[in-house]
Amino acid sequence: MMILYSILILAGLGLVLGLMIAWTAKMFAVEQDPRVEKVLSMLPGANCGGCGFAGCADFAKALAEGRAEVGGCPVSSKEAKGMIASFLGLAVSDSVRKVAVVLCGGSSSLARKAAEYNGISDCRSANLVAGGAKGCRYGCLGLASCARVCPVNAIEILDGLAIVHPELCIGCGKCVKACPRNLIKLVPENAHVHVFCSSRDKGADKKKVCDVPCIGCRKCVKAAGENEMLVEGFLVRTNYEKPPANDLPVRAGCPTNCLQSGFPLAYLKKQGGMPGEKEEKVA
Amino acid sequence: METNSEVKGSMNLPKQEELLASVSPHIHSGASIRKIMLTVIVALLPACTAGVLFFGLAALKTILLCVAFCVAIEWIWGRLDGRPDDWKDMSAALTGILLALNLAANVPWWICPIGAFLAIGIGKQLYGGIGYNPFNPALVARVGLLIGFPKLMTTWMPSLNMSSASHPLNQYVLDATTCATPLGVAKTAMTRPDTVNDVFSALSAPETYMVYLKGDMPGCLGETSVIALLLGGILLLALRLIKWQVPVAFIGTVAVFTGIVHYFNPAATPGPIFHVLTGGLFLGAFFMATDMVTSPMTNRGALVFGAGCGLITTLIRVWGGYPEGVSFSILIMNALTPMIDRYTAHRPFGTRKKTEEK
Amino acid sequence: MNFAHDNHIYFYGGIHPDDSKALSASEAIKDAPLLDKYTVIVGQNIGAPPKLLVKKGDTVKKGQKIAEPAGFVSVPLHSPTSGTVSALTDIVGVFGTMASAVEITPDGKDEFCELQKLDWETATPEQVLAKIADAGLVGMGGAAFPTAVKLSPPKTKKIDVLIINGAECEPYLTADYRLMIETPERVLRGAAIFAKVLGVKTIMVGVEANKPDAVEKLRNAGADKFGIEVKSLRVRYPQGAEKQLIYALTGRKVPAGGLPMDVGCVVQNVGTCAAAADAVCEGKPLIERVTTVTGSKVARPGNWRLRLGTPISKALELCGGCKDGVAKIVSGGPMMGLAQISLDTTIMKSSSGILVLGRDEVAQYANQPCIRCGKCVDTCPMELMPGPLSLYVENERFDLAEKEHAMDCMECGSCAFVCPSRRPLVQHFKRAKAEIGAMRKARAAGAAAKGGKG
Repeated sequence: MMILYSILILAGLGLVLGLMIAWTAKMFAVEQDPRVEKVLSMLPGANCGGCGFAGCADFAKALAEGRAEVGGCPVSSKEAKGMIASFLGLAVSDSVRKVAVVLCGGSSSLARKAAEYNGISDCRSANLVAGGAKGCRYGCLGLASCARVCPVNAIEILDGLAIVHPELCIGCGKCVKACPRNLIKLVPENAHVHVFCSSRDKGADKKKVCDVPCIGCRKCVKAAGENEMLVEGFLVRTNYEKPPANDLPVRAGCPTNCLQSGFPLAYLKKQGGMPGEKEEKVA
Repeated sequence: METNSEVKGSMNLPKQEELLASVSPHIHSGASIRKIMLTVIVALLPACTAGVLFFGLAALKTILLCVAFCVAIEWIWGRLDGRPDDWKDMSAALTGILLALNLAANVPWWICPIGAFLAIGIGKQLYGGIGYNPFNPALVARVGLLIGFPKLMTTWMPSLNMSSASHPLNQYVLDATTCATPLGVAKTAMTRPDTVNDVFSALSAPETYMVYLKGDMPGCLGETSVIALLLGGILLLALRLIKWQVPVAFIGTVAVFTGIVHYFNPAATPGPIFHVLTGGLFLGAFFMATDMVTSPMTNRGALVFGAGCGLITTLIRVWGGYPEGVSFSILIMNALTPMIDRYTAHRPFGTRKKTEEK
Repeated sequence: MNFAHDNHIYFYGGIHPDDSKALSASEAIKDAPLLDKYTVIVGQNIGAPPKLLVKKGDTVKKGQKIAEPAGFVSVPLHSPTSGTVSALTDIVGVFGTMASAVEITPDGKDEFCELQKLDWETATPEQVLAKIADAGLVGMGGAAFPTAVKLSPPKTKKIDVLIINGAECEPYLTADYRLMIETPERVLRGAAIFAKVLGVKTIMVGVEANKPDAVEKLRNAGADKFGIEVKSLRVRYPQGAEKQLIYALTGRKVPAGGLPMDVGCVVQNVGTCAAAADAVCEGKPLIERVTTVTGSKVARPGNWRLRLGTPISKALELCGGCKDGVAKIVSGGPMMGLAQISLDTTIMKSSSGILVLGRDEVAQYANQPCIRCGKCVDTCPMELMPGPLSLYVENERFDLAEKEHAMDCMECGSCAFVCPSRRPLVQHFKRAKAEIGAMRKARAAGAAAKGGKG
């Protein structure tokens, strides 16, 4: 008898509460644009925040309300953007997918330290103490502030140097903001040739603190097509509007191995390949 | 970058790249977690000695087992969690000793590894290791064991001299291996109105007080000797490793509160001196409630914390289901510590009222 | 150590580190010989760095102005000796970042340019103030805030107390102490000059009680004649911090985020006083200062009068070089000084000391988890909660750090000194202050943009 009562009471309770929930759901339902749900399903769902909104759901809402552009999502593929645009009846801005690259090749074994750093393992904190005690005042501190903010773990710290893996990078740009030395740039996916140096010092000064600096010799500028490599003071950089061919590092014969395709020298060395032989894998 | 330092070979100047670059200050008091833990361990040695003295080698065995298992679990967990050097800070050893002091000397050996796991594993490492645990690890273990093995954890062995007839607590020895603690006796007495006054006055006689002070009575192996605990407590106070506010507020509140209850209804509970000297109050007030990680950071907060512990302890002892409430009270106040910290936070120099900017 | 002291108002917290002053306290101030090169860093003051007046190849006289102030909070810069400007270059500055500098090669004559003396007792306060501004004076205790700016508070702030800071609470440093016992009359005259500019009657010199001879020398040198009270203070770091010093001497609390002038006080360092006396009475601009070169790893610790632009390496050579096992070179005191990464960094107007420490005596930071021991809370003289604050910073919750008054931290280092977890707390707070500063700027810019629209 007791068992029967228990079952009845519990079942009854369940029924009443269930009805209450159903009623509340109906009564207090929030009006929502049905398109938002659909758009959300087409977004990558990485919630990286690269669009400037609080995650994909917020971005989807903004898209449906016309507060954002489809091109604002740095992660979605071109096809996905096209789908969303046609679904919402919007024009898709023709944007190339971008990936981050750390423009420094000065790993611990290739670049000097100014002193022994003792403190918090964070680039932005370290930068406040004697400039992080790195010999090069422009170079990567290698304390992984960028790697920690990366939502997809695309940044590897190799021998005290941050390296972005472009195949994993979604181009959200969080690392760009995290780097206290402004070494990280968002570049078009199809540009593989980078000058892995950001130092604006004179070539001779750079060589004192680093084995792989850009010394501004302009060999690459001559070997490249017109306007493909730009000279800025003592530094050469890739013209990302018009990137050079992937074999440029081989043709140019960069004397410091600063110019590389895809990855800086420190990474290529670890992979065991000679510099310049890795284009196929990268491309 | 010029190389002035290399030009002058005759003068001994340091190499630049060997210099340390760190933030100020460049000197340090020398304090370290390890030093603090070692000092607390030293402060606990009198209590450990008293335990061994009154309960024999069983007590020593329990202490050593608890320490060994606590350190072992800390070591293993640290290795698995990528913090292989954690165990070196001696905090696990201290937790082991505290855990042992909170057990009866005659517990079966396997209680020690279970307790050690509850303390270090559940109570500390699961939260992220030292500094992150909200509750005192040794007390988590003690309460866990108390709930899991209620019979074992409340079976007390008689101490050294209790079998002699001249010992004031001799009548409470049930057989060679079990007897009741003074608090247990008081709790049982409360339910029998006809004998309660006799029992209470026997428990509160001056010669029984001397027994409580010395610690020659049943209980957890490290909680009985008030004198030994006080010795260690004074050392910690002198070295300023614990805030005086916690033990003073804790013990003071228990004394005042039980005093009030006793004054209005002598049959409800024995007097304040009895309550202060028995049970785990001194161990709790000087060594458990003062645990840095789980108690408030400000002096005002420490007062509130201690008073709260005293209040809850008394409530449990007088009206609760358990004869002893020190561990429960400290755990409850541990949970309230963040809130106490928040409301007793300092007002910075030069601010008049809390300026709510946003 | 228990020294009798006069003050009865104690600031909260603080620490009592071993002062290690005995290393150099008995060493008289010595003049450094002329070097073959001085590299004077241009931006030596808080505020705008001055604008250069010289170019490569120019000849300059000792004391000649080589840079002029660029704005209100800025000071001129003068040549430390006579010679030629051999280069305009960049060197590693005290902050470990590059700083532009003027390299001067002396001609060996060390000739002063024409110096304009001023009889301060008959001159108007405005004339005296102009003279001080022209001499390039900055606070020489370490902050390098332009003295003339400090001496010209807005009309709305009524100043009635001038405090001369002779506390020198930083361990190791003895430069101010030597100054007070060797030339107390310069310090007093400088104080009187400041008082005249400010129109202040109450002048107090605060000296920590571990320097009883300095108190006595100042009193004997005629402090009464100038109407100056010399007070010995409780020995406690940071007794020489502006807000704590004002509180200890007057009982006034500078409001959080405020300045001493908000409570009617101006604080000047004894070194600045002496420099002001020279500037006004002898017309000498600020081109040299007393620096303590000390530490267990210096062969012969001492107090030296060094010209601006003297490289640290040369200063160490004056002291017979270093012993083996140097771990750290600090510019300033051990509590608030800056670790140096280059020996080519040069002496600036604010360089109160050069400290050479061995590995076993320097703080080794580990950033272990906070064990909430509360020692930092007990020692913070600004009555902050350093431990919890550092956790906010670690989790990058700068909004919470701001709410918990991170901006009131003066980076005295008391908390990090006592921290058993060896947390580099000051680094956390430097980061917080930098981030909060940026946040506030962004907020102000946002508000301005909104205001502009509306």
